[in-house]
Parts: sequence; structure tokens; C-alpha cells
Amino acid sequence: MILQDIARLLEAKIACGEQFLNREISHVFASDLMSDVLTVNSANLLLLTGLTNIQTIRTSEMSDVTNIVLVRDKHATEEMINLAEENGIVIMESPFSMFRASGILYEAGLKPVY
Amino acid sequence: MHFEYQVDGGNFSNAGVASSQFKKILKQLNVDPGLIKRIVVALYEAEVNIVAHAYRGIIKIDVNIDKVRIALIDEGPGIPDISKAMEAGFSTASPKVREMGFGAGMGLQNIRNNVDQLDIESVVGKGTKVEFEVNLG
Repeated sequence: MILQDIARLLEAKIACGEQFLNREISHVFASDLMSDVLTVNSANLLLLTGLTNIQTIRTSEMSDVTNIVLVRDKHATEEMINLAEENGIVIMESPFSMFRASGILYEAGLKPVY
Repeated sequence: MHFEYQVDGGNFSNAGVASSQFKKILKQLNVDPGLIKRIVVALYEAEVNIVAHAYRGIIKIDVNIDKVRIALIDEGPGIPDISKAMEAGFSTASPKVREMGFGAGMGLQNIRNNVDQLDIESVVGKGTKVEFEVNLG
């Protein structure tokens, strides 16, 4: 599934990285714990998180995660967007809760990491 | 090649800047992406530890043909019981650290899982030295 489809399913707005919406995603990891994010294999991965601060993007940069959905109507700060753009990271913002967003993506066939 | 970075304790908006700069250097050196990820994940966790727990620190990195050797030396409260600190889930992190998505007692384990050699020395009331190596190739 590509990011464009995920944005539609999660009714998400694109905060940055609109040019990368044809990226293919196979796995999803949902976490607010950045040390946990640092353990995952990041190929074709989407991160669902409710953590909206600069460390979300730094952690993604370090662990090669390039696709992020902020859940529960959280918004990316300007600092987050700048760092994300520098690193080719897509940030999307969904009104849905972590549980609802996870359920929708699981039902749509995306796979868990663990 | 030798690189050094200063890290300020408590400055969360800059936590990870040194790791980010060194990651760019590793990319320029054409290091294998899998190895880059292992090195920078360990470095980033250790850098966040300085920001979270110490007053200030310095990161000293030596890149050789066969390995990357990184030492993070901080001035801070030190670790009274290193084996306890290595246990999964053990943390003394502040609520501020937890707000930033860390402080779950996973950091030292993440470092250990990504490096080929790890040494931690600490003196209570003075500071901590975390030193690790990742073999290249």
C-alpha cells in the first residue's frame, strides 16, 4: 500500500513530504516510546505516534524511518517539519486515535513489526 | 579520522544533533547503511543519556579502516550500580525525559545490542564514560 492510500484511510492531512506519497509501505509500528522505535527494522515502515516533539523526528532520522503519522489530531511543529524536510521524512496528521488508526491499517493488510 | 562533539545536559532541543552530524559523515564515507544504523542508534541513545542525566559531556570518535570507536565522557552524577542500570526497564529518568519519548530503561540495552564491544565506567559524583566499538566490514 502506498502512503497516499494510508492518508485516505486515516483521513490524514499531509504536513510535509507531499512529493513522497507514492512510497510503498508494508509494515506499521505504533509507539510513543522512542527507544522502542530505535529497535525496529525500518524498511517500508510507517510509524504511528502521538509523540509530537523534535525527538520524534530525530529518532526517525537515526533509525531511517521516513514515514510518520501523528494520531489524535496532533500537529507537527515548525521545527519538526524543518528537520523532516531536511531528511526526506513524510509527516501526516490523522484525527483518529492510535487504536483506531492501528485497527484500520491492520484490517487493510499492513503487517506488524513484532 | 577523529571527530569531537560537545553535548549540553538538559538541552533536549539539541539532543541528537551530534549523532545527526556524524551520521552525515558516515554516509559521505560510504559506510554500509546497516552499519550506519547500528552506529548512530547506539550513539544517539548515549547522547540522549548525557542530555538526560549529566551536566555536560564530550563525544570523541575515531574512525579507522576496520572499526569506529566512540567514547562519550560526561560530567554528571555518575551511575551507582552499572549492572542495575543495564537491566531492562530500570530507569532514573525525570518526567521531562519521559515526555521526550525516552526514560523507559531501554537505552543501555539498545546500545549493547548494536555494538561489538561496550565498556562503561562511572564515578558517583563525577561522571560516566561510555565507550563502544563497531567493526566495519
